Amino acid sequence: MGEQAGDRRIVIEPVTRVEGHGKVTILLDEQGRVRQARLHVVEFRGFERFIQGRPYWEMPVAVQRLCGICPVSHHLCAAKAVDHIVGADRLTPTADKVRRLMHHGQFFQSHALHFFYLAAPDLLFGFGSDVLARNVIGVARAHPELAKRGILMRKWGQEIIRVTSGKRIHGTGAIPGGVNKNVSLAERDEALRDLPQMIEWAQAAVGLAKDYTLSHLDELADFGSFESSHLSIVRSDGALDLYDGNLRAIDADGRTIFDGVAPARYADVLAEDVKPWSYMKFPFIRDLGPDDGWYRVGPLSRMNTCAFIDTPLAEAARREFRAITGPRPCHVTMAYHWARMIETLHAAEKIGELLHDSDLQGSDLVVRGERRSEGVGIVEAPRGTLFHHYRVDDDDLVTMCNLIVSTTSNNVPMNRAVESVARKYLSGREITEGLLNHVEVAIRAYDPCLSCATHAMGQMPLEVDLLDADGRLVDRRVRDGS
Amino acid sequence: MERDPNATPFASGGRPLRVLVLGFGNPGRLDDGLGPAAARAIEAAAIPGVRTEAPYQLELEDAALAAEHDAVVFVDASRTESPPFGFREVRPRTHHEFTTHSLAPEAVLGVARDVLGATPRGFVLAIRGEEFDGFGEWLSAPAAAHLGAATRFLEDALRSGLSAACASEV
Repeated sequence: MGEQAGDRRIVIEPVTRVEGHGKVTILLDEQGRVRQARLHVVEFRGFERFIQGRPYWEMPVAVQRLCGICPVSHHLCAAKAVDHIVGADRLTPTADKVRRLMHHGQFFQSHALHFFYLAAPDLLFGFGSDVLARNVIGVARAHPELAKRGILMRKWGQEIIRVTSGKRIHGTGAIPGGVNKNVSLAERDEALRDLPQMIEWAQAAVGLAKDYTLSHLDELADFGSFESSHLSIVRSDGALDLYDGNLRAIDADGRTIFDGVAPARYADVLAEDVKPWSYMKFPFIRDLGPDDGWYRVGPLSRMNTCAFIDTPLAEAARREFRAITGPRPCHVTMAYHWARMIETLHAAEKIGELLHDSDLQGSDLVVRGERRSEGVGIVEAPRGTLFHHYRVDDDDLVTMCNLIVSTTSNNVPMNRAVESVARKYLSGREITEGLLNHVEVAIRAYDPCLSCATHAMGQMPLEVDLLDADGRLVDRRVRDGS
Repeated sequence: MERDPNATPFASGGRPLRVLVLGFGNPGRLDDGLGPAAARAIEAAAIPGVRTEAPYQLELEDAALAAEHDAVVFVDASRTESPPFGFREVRPRTHHEFTTHSLAPEAVLGVARDVLGATPRGFVLAIRGEEFDGFGEWLSAPAAAHLGAATRFLEDALRSGLSAACASEV
C-alpha cells in the first residue's frame, strides 16, 4: 500500500530499549487512520562478505565481532559448523558439556537482562505510563530488589561464560572439534555457590511473568498477537534442546510442517527473500512460499514446538504455560516474556545439572575426522534459531558464508505486530509518546537484536518526526537517551 | 622518600584498599586496544589489592564488580585527549535509558549507586590514540608511547592508594 496525497508519516527512530538500531515509520491518512506501519533496520552488516577469504578455523572467534550482545551464540554456532568441516561428528563428553554449560550461561544472563532491564519498565508501570518513571531507574526506585536481582543474575551467567570460554565477552573456549579448556573444581564450586539463589530468583521471575500475562490476558490476546507458524530445533525425542537438534516447524494449529530435518538440510526447507526498504532478509518456509511461509522463532516458538522440557521445574512451568491455549500453540506475542522466564529457569537447572557432572573436569577435549568442504551449525540462541553455513576451499579459506540470525526470522512477525498495534492504538488519536511506546512494546517482546541482524552501535534516543505528505516537518519529539 | 613497591595501600578505615582497573576497548581495532593493554600492564605489576579486567565494552555487571571495590579506574582510548593521557575523577550519573551497547563509566557508577547502594570512587584514565579506523591487533607508535607513560603514572598512583593522583589530577 503506497503513500497517497494527504497522508502523514510518523517516524520512531531509533526504537528504544532494544539491542541495536532500527526505526518505525507509521503512515497516517487524512483522517488520521494508520495506512501502513513498518519496522526498518537501517544499517548494513555485510558480515557474510567480510568473512570470505578468512581461514575457517578463525570463524568461532571472528564471528563474535558481529556483536557484543550474544557473542556466545555466534561463537558456538560457528564452532558447530566448523566441527563438520574438520570431520568432528561427535565431540568428546567433556567438550560437549563445556559448550552446553557456556550456552546455558549465555541464555541465563541474556534473558535476565532483557526481562529486568528492557521489558520490566513496561510491564511494571504500564505501556503508556509516565516516561520519566518508565525506565530502569524507575524500576530501581520502585522495585529495588528486582533491579538488584537483574544485575546479579546477569553477573552469574557471565561468570559461567567466563569459566567455560576464558572471558565474559568474546571468549575462545570452543575450537574446531571441541574446546580448549575444561572446568576446574575450583571454578565449578564457585559457580555452584550461588546456584540455589539463582534457581529461586528464576522461579520468582517465572511467577512474575506468569501473573502479569494471566492478569492481562484479555488485553494481551489482542495486543500485536496473530496466528503464525513456529520453528526451532528440538532433541530427537522432542525435548527442548537449546544447543543441538533437528529442525521442526509447526503451523498455527500445531500441525507439523516438517520435522527431523538435519541442520545440513536447512536450505531444503527454508529460503530467504529481500525487500527494498530493509537491510534484513526475510526467511520463509520454502514449501509455503514467501507470502505465507514466514514463521516465528524464540522462546514463545520453543514452548510451542517442544514436546517437553527435561528439567522438572521448567517442565512444570511449561505445562502451566501451555494450559492457557490447550492443544493449540500459544500465539500471544506478549507471552514471549513468560516463555523467556521459563527458559531462564531451565537454563539454571541445566547449569546445575552440568556443574554436577564430572565430565566437565575431563581432559579429552578435541576430536578430528575426515576433512570436508562444507559445514552447517544451528543453535537456539536466546532470541531464536541461529544458522551458520560455511564453504571452504582447499587452502582452508572461506568461500561462502550464510547466516540466518534469530531477529531476521522474526522480521515479518515484528512488522505484523507493529502494524497491528499501530492500527489499534494510534488510528484517529492524537499521537503521544505513551501511544508510540505501545508500538515499541510489541517489538521488545521479541527481544530483537538489530545489531546482529545487521550491524549497529550507539546511543538510544527516541526521535519522532511528523511530516506531511510532501515531506515537510510538522512536529518533532526527541527523548534524550543519556 | 622511596616507597616500598610491595606495600599494601590502605583505605581510610585501615583495611586494604580494593581497586578495580577496567581497561576496555577492542584490541582488534588498533589503538582502541589501549584500555586492555593498560589493564594487562597493571596486571603484570601485581599490585596488592588491585584487580584488573579487560572487557570489550562496559557492561551492566561491571556495576556489580565496581560495587565490590573502593575505587574503579576506567581506562579507555581517546581520540581527543591531550597526549599522552588525561586522568580525572568521575561521578555517578543516573542512567534512564539502558542499552548494553553503550554504557559510560559514569553510568556504571550510577547503577552501582542507584541499584546496589555502593559508591566507589571513579576515575577515568584516557590514553590518546591515533589510529582507530582499521583492523589489527597492534598499537600505533605514538599510542604505544602514550601507553607507557600512562601505565607508569597509573602504577604509581595505585601503589600510593590513588591519594596522590586524586590530589593533583593530570
